[in-house]
Amino acid sequence: MITYALVFAMACIGLGLLMNLWLLVRGPGRADRVLALDTMVINVVALLILYGIRQGTGVYFEASMLIAMVGFVSTVAYCRFILRGDIIE
Amino acid sequence: MLVEIVVCVFLVIGALFGLVGSFGLLKLQDTMQRLHAPTKATTLGIGGVLIASMLYFLLIKDSFSFHELMITLFLFLTAPISANFLAQTHISLRMKQSDLPESGGAYGWSLFDDPPVMEKPSEPAAPTQAPH
Repeated sequence: MITYALVFAMACIGLGLLMNLWLLVRGPGRADRVLALDTMVINVVALLILYGIRQGTGVYFEASMLIAMVGFVSTVAYCRFILRGDIIE
Repeated sequence: MLVEIVVCVFLVIGALFGLVGSFGLLKLQDTMQRLHAPTKATTLGIGGVLIASMLYFLLIKDSFSFHELMITLFLFLTAPISANFLAQTHISLRMKQSDLPESGGAYGWSLFDDPPVMEKPSEPAAPTQAPH
């Protein structure tokens, strides 16, 4: 039963990733594109955790932790770059 | 069996919230409205997936790891910060100062106005010359 739930969850998250990609391409402004990238990072973390459950190993938690950190830092860096024209003042 | 059902329920709820968040990102009209979807729904969705993962590894695989808790804590801490940065970016790119309401304080908005000038600490009084 968990297998079917995993397949359903992976399909939902994958569909969400496609929607985010569409917003990333279409997005009317730079803020929307950064927002789409941020949401994509969160969805990729969810997808990695689902894959880890499917494989039955905890190895993927470290990878998802790193991706979450890098995604947050990149979002903040991009926003600061737009706001100030500089990342580290 | 009961454990499997609980894990499946958390998985399905988390996945549906993630899907709703991503769909809201497409459907909502304005950037400020669009900011609501990923910061609330997607964060809740990944919370559900992480709870399912924690229960699965704890109850079925008999191994407990703190990584899920760390990821949950990290994501729930950073979502408001990145949303705040994105809102600031949107305001500075698309909105004028006249669109914003009054800040309600003694100073204006920090995006448009200079920071308030701090009063310099008063210099110590010059030593009076003792009369000869």
